Amino acid sequence: MLTILFDGIAYGMLLFVLACGLAVTLGLMNFVNLAHGAFAMAGGYCTVALVNRAGVPFLAALPVAFLFSALLGFILERLLYVHVYRRSHLDQVLFTIGLVFMAVAAVDYVMGSAQVFVRVPPWLEGKWDVIGVGIGRYRLLVIVLCGALSLLLQLAVSRTRFGSRLRASVDDARVARGLGINVSAVFALTFAVGSGLAGLGGALGGELLGLDPTFPLKYMIYFLIVVTVGGTTSISGPFLASLLLGIGDVAGKYYVPTFGAFAIYTIMIAVLLWRPQGLFARGAAR
Amino acid sequence: MSKAAHPAAPAPTVAVAASLAGRARWHPLEVAFWLAALATVFLLPSRHLILTEIAILGLFALSLDLILGYAGIISLGHAAAFGFGAYAAGLLAKHQLIGEPLLALIASGAAATVLGLLTSVLVLRGSDLTRIMVTLGVALVLREIANRSAWLTGGADGLQGIEIGPLLGVFRFDMFGHTAYGYCLAVLFALFLLARRLVHSPFGLSLQAIKGNPLRAASVGVPVDGRLIAVYAIAAGYAGVAGALLTQTTAFASLDVFSFERSADLLLVLIIGGTGYLYGGLIGAILFKLMQDVLSALTPQYWPFWVGLLLVAIVLVGRERIGTALAPARTLAERLARRLAPHRDAWR
Repeated sequence: MLTILFDGIAYGMLLFVLACGLAVTLGLMNFVNLAHGAFAMAGGYCTVALVNRAGVPFLAALPVAFLFSALLGFILERLLYVHVYRRSHLDQVLFTIGLVFMAVAAVDYVMGSAQVFVRVPPWLEGKWDVIGVGIGRYRLLVIVLCGALSLLLQLAVSRTRFGSRLRASVDDARVARGLGINVSAVFALTFAVGSGLAGLGGALGGELLGLDPTFPLKYMIYFLIVVTVGGTTSISGPFLASLLLGIGDVAGKYYVPTFGAFAIYTIMIAVLLWRPQGLFARGAAR
Repeated sequence: MSKAAHPAAPAPTVAVAASLAGRARWHPLEVAFWLAALATVFLLPSRHLILTEIAILGLFALSLDLILGYAGIISLGHAAAFGFGAYAAGLLAKHQLIGEPLLALIASGAAATVLGLLTSVLVLRGSDLTRIMVTLGVALVLREIANRSAWLTGGADGLQGIEIGPLLGVFRFDMFGHTAYGYCLAVLFALFLLARRLVHSPFGLSLQAIKGNPLRAASVGVPVDGRLIAVYAIAAGYAGVAGALLTQTTAFASLDVFSFERSADLLLVLIIGGTGYLYGGLIGAILFKLMQDVLSALTPQYWPFWVGLLLVAIVLVGRERIGTALAPARTLAERLARRLAPHRDAWR
């Protein structure tokens, strides 16, 4: 029971790190980025290449995965995404689906279509048994790392100057621009950080979720759930949504395996009908 | 209606009726298109298998055009209705509930229409993003149900052992796809006529008004919700018929009919051809299948890459700009058509 809770929390934390970049993209620019998972996949495969092939220590590979995805996000944002911000949602959907398809096929070509796992160092394998609760060491690491990151993010958004600029831009981009905030620069940086976090999530999740070229398609719906259920106006909304989703998914798969994944989809549809702006959103004007 | 105030102008109802009739007039190019389609039945017998696929995809794209091109609903899960129709037709044939394909087709289409009716409430509310998520979610839920209820659908192995009876009790489905193509083309044409009638009616006009601005449409008295529900259900029925055709012509249905890729490919098909004039889906289906034929012969495994590249390129160049690039060709064609049939367009 508690083990499931623990696994669910680890999974939820991971989902949060994977999806929080998307929350910003959607909230800030009202941009439907279905290709967010591709950045996570980039980070994951980067780690696989470094750890499994080049023998780089696991912990050293994580920041590299972050930087790799962030750089990729930054380049793509400046080269391609900027042209699509002002377009209709249909164009954005088409564009980002196109990117996903290209990423899937390209990774298939370069890395092969088989599912791969990141080789975890021996000191992270195995479990501790604490009062009957099985605590996976790797999952503990995931929780600690992702928890720290979430805290850091929350602080960065609520306490720093950049954070207040970001919040101002999210609330009303036009007024923010009028006050002299360089919204597009704020956005480029945030997009890069968001992509980087997704990459880091992919690197960490490579062990728990498994990596294969269809990763962005498989988890796209999860990211979207996190964002739509959590709302895009705060960090804590998506965070709570991720935790709920993680625990719900793990518990659902454990207790009612025949029910499968579609409990999650049904819940998502219900939530969207009930509160289209997200469960934890303030009454946003958008 | 400022025109109506002018003393020389006819009464508004007459003017509207005339304008609708004018829009509904058959363009010579349309006639040529369908004559060409008919000709393929006799002239290209060796290509009937791929032509059948094109006809089915064309019908599927036509159904998306009804909701996207006319009513402005973005759907990322249009495969839901397609797959529902496909499984309905498969089950009807497998358990010999309705042996005759055409009747089974109608029943499957009706089933998908009901599905559309039930799920239409879900797309009424919310923004584009909510609609994208909800439609995607519905397709995923259906796929999961089909996957889990293996006793009925065969699960991941697909629905096997389907035997399709002879069409109208006379025409057997042959392995070269001659019967299948004739059948699909006839169904496509019949449903196209219906769709054409629909979009050129006041109902179709009101849909375009809703697409343009739902709030204004509501304030001039268009029942927005009712119209959207109606068109969504009709489009679902069309997609269901397309799915049923796929099952009947291949005698197989698998989970693949619900896949996200199918919905995404469909968007590409419609975008290639252009939205909002009914032929877009058909033309897009022809181009898409031909392209798939050539490209997947070169690199079968990496076909999605080219789909993706095309999508990105189309968006970056701009769909409108592609439209304007083609505009000279269109005006030329129209001018030609007018010269061929001067008396028809003279009143314009």
